[in-house]
Amino acid sequence: MSTVASVRLARAAGNRQLLVRLLVVTAVMFGFGFALVPFYEKICQVTGLRSLLQPDHVGSINSQIDYARSIAIEFDTNMRGLPWTFRSLEGHVSVHPGEMQQAVFEIHNGSNRPLTGQAIPSYGPALAAEYFRKVECFCFTQQTLQPGETRQVPVVFVVDSALPSSIATITLSFTFFEVNGAQAPAGVSTPVSVKAGAVRS
Amino acid sequence: MSQTTAATVAHANDHALDHGDHAHGHHPTGLMRWLTTTNHKDIGTMYLWFSFTMFLMGGVLALGIRAELFKPGLQLWHPEFFNQLTTMHGIIMVFGAIMPAFVGFANWLVPIQIGAPDMAFARMNNWSFWLLPPAALLLVISFFVPGGATAGGWTLYAPLTSQMGPGMDLAIFALHILGASSIMGSINIVVTILNMRAPGMTMMKMPMFVWTWLITAYLLIAVMPVLAGAITMTLTDRHFGTSFFNAAGGGDPVMYQHVFWFFGHPEVYIMILPAFGIVSHVIPAFARKPLFGYSSMVYATSSIAILSFIVWAHHMFVVGMPAAGVLFFMYATVLIAVPTGVKVFNWLATMWRGSMTFETPMLFAVGFLFVFTMGGFTGLVCAIAPIDLQIQDTYYVVAHFHYVLVAGSLFALFSGTYFWLPKWTGHMYNEAMGKTHFWLSLIFFNITFFPMHFLGLAGMPRRIPDYATQFADFNMIASIGAFGFGFSQLIFLAGVVKCIRGGEKATAQVWEGAEGLEWTLPSPAPYHSFEVPPQVK
Repeated sequence: MSTVASVRLARAAGNRQLLVRLLVVTAVMFGFGFALVPFYEKICQVTGLRSLLQPDHVGSINSQIDYARSIAIEFDTNMRGLPWTFRSLEGHVSVHPGEMQQAVFEIHNGSNRPLTGQAIPSYGPALAAEYFRKVECFCFTQQTLQPGETRQVPVVFVVDSALPSSIATITLSFTFFEVNGAQAPAGVSTPVSVKAGAVRS
Repeated sequence: MSQTTAATVAHANDHALDHGDHAHGHHPTGLMRWLTTTNHKDIGTMYLWFSFTMFLMGGVLALGIRAELFKPGLQLWHPEFFNQLTTMHGIIMVFGAIMPAFVGFANWLVPIQIGAPDMAFARMNNWSFWLLPPAALLLVISFFVPGGATAGGWTLYAPLTSQMGPGMDLAIFALHILGASSIMGSINIVVTILNMRAPGMTMMKMPMFVWTWLITAYLLIAVMPVLAGAITMTLTDRHFGTSFFNAAGGGDPVMYQHVFWFFGHPEVYIMILPAFGIVSHVIPAFARKPLFGYSSMVYATSSIAILSFIVWAHHMFVVGMPAAGVLFFMYATVLIAVPTGVKVFNWLATMWRGSMTFETPMLFAVGFLFVFTMGGFTGLVCAIAPIDLQIQDTYYVVAHFHYVLVAGSLFALFSGTYFWLPKWTGHMYNEAMGKTHFWLSLIFFNITFFPMHFLGLAGMPRRIPDYATQFADFNMIASIGAFGFGFSQLIFLAGVVKCIRGGEKATAQVWEGAEGLEWTLPSPAPYHSFEVPPQVK
């Protein structure tokens, strides 16, 4: 009789030990899900993927201005969750590949409280994204506007002359999102990874 | 020492350890019996009824989808509600119907197949089950909150899920609860299988169903917490100002897809491996031959499980991965066809020159083999990245995963139900009803989903309430099939209820060719079995 009892007790202890181990695995895997976030950011940083909110390198591209070609650049402005107005002063411009160009946008906070926004660019056609090099952009930083404040913000860009000849028009669309709560400073210190999300989703 | 004494001692011990084993012949009755039960057979039964209820609920949502798609143009629902239907159909079928049904099978069968008296943690087993109804309730309630249920698709992709109403939060909580239940159930199954086997039952003597569930349980423990992490990040993005997937704050919606599919791909094997286990019991029984290539089956199952962790990005070929990444995930995915092929050929070899008879379980198993393999082949088509770029998010994908989930997982569940139902109830089911259920299911299933291949190849996108008129004919056929398939399942319900109430008395052996410890128990299996472990030679 006692042997049956002791076998049972020994088994229960073994079961409990295994239970604890499996619970540890569960906890580790929960943490693993969160660890994927910095892991992917690191991968994007190392491989140079998704650098949408950082200045592009223009040193590597052909600096020869291709006067034979003109590319129409159309600017589109959108607002999501912000009581601001946001418009492009130019509406559209025409540039030659390799030529440095500046465009100015105007944002205005019509509400009665200070608000912070972040602009996210996207491109149409999506293929144009990798040939559109932004040297300076208001989308590299968050914009904070006081009540009633109006601000003019620039984008300085070059279109790479390697742009496929089938593309004659590029639409650059910015959407301003409200930034609230604790945010990573977009585009400044952290490698930001939004290209595919903003462009394709 | 007599058997009775040993059993009594065992009970006394159980009681001391678990405070919950009502093994002394004074069970509570009525609702309290089911609320407080720690008996693996009671809990298995509850899991099966719960999953069948959810199956009907998810089925009604599916019929809502097919009714809308019967004709082009908007007929019945607003597009917003249609999106809720597709989303909730997926969530309910995956997390409410298929997964709990397999856990129900595991509860019923694992202890009696390995000669254990019960699951290792009987009280935790009770909790695992009773977490499910509140989660189901949250999902139902979510239809009635402002904005309705979540409509971002069952994959709950950001940024859609960042923008939904409170229905999304309810779905997140429901998934957390369902996930906790799955993890507890899986831990229980792993411990039971590793520690509670009868003397003499070595790992390589375990029945195939036990093997497949052991591997499935490990998969669940590894990936359910990752899903919990992903939806927790969605929740904090929605309410606590984090920016995991919120592009404006420096997050990335595509990263959600990476995290989700790290869970999501093993999840599809979680839903099919136990089905492989069931079929590996049914086919040998009705071919009256032992399973061909038992050890290769074990290794194939393990390989599928391991490979399932390195193929997740084949669900996201179009997000703009580097070509090297696309190629890696494509080759890894195609590699899975090898162990799966091993299994299919082993089942065929088991049937080869066997003395086959075609009772309902065997019909469903052969139906599984035939239709699941078709789903496997369309899976290979989808795995080829250049083709996937064309058929991504079309009805071709819908056809593919319904071929493997309905004709795969669900047919195997039906096969297993008819196979073990006499052991569970003590009565034979009505063979004519079973066969009618099978043939109607098989025919209507194909009427529903086969045309979807053509729709997908012709470019009809999934998850839309309206479509171009050139898709009208095939959609009408699919909708007719769907209603036929749905109503055919009522025959199953009637057959099971009839079998529970009475019928021809089942013998202990039930099926001439069936092998395993469970068939040494009388039918119905007694409330307490294998109190004294059997000796396995």
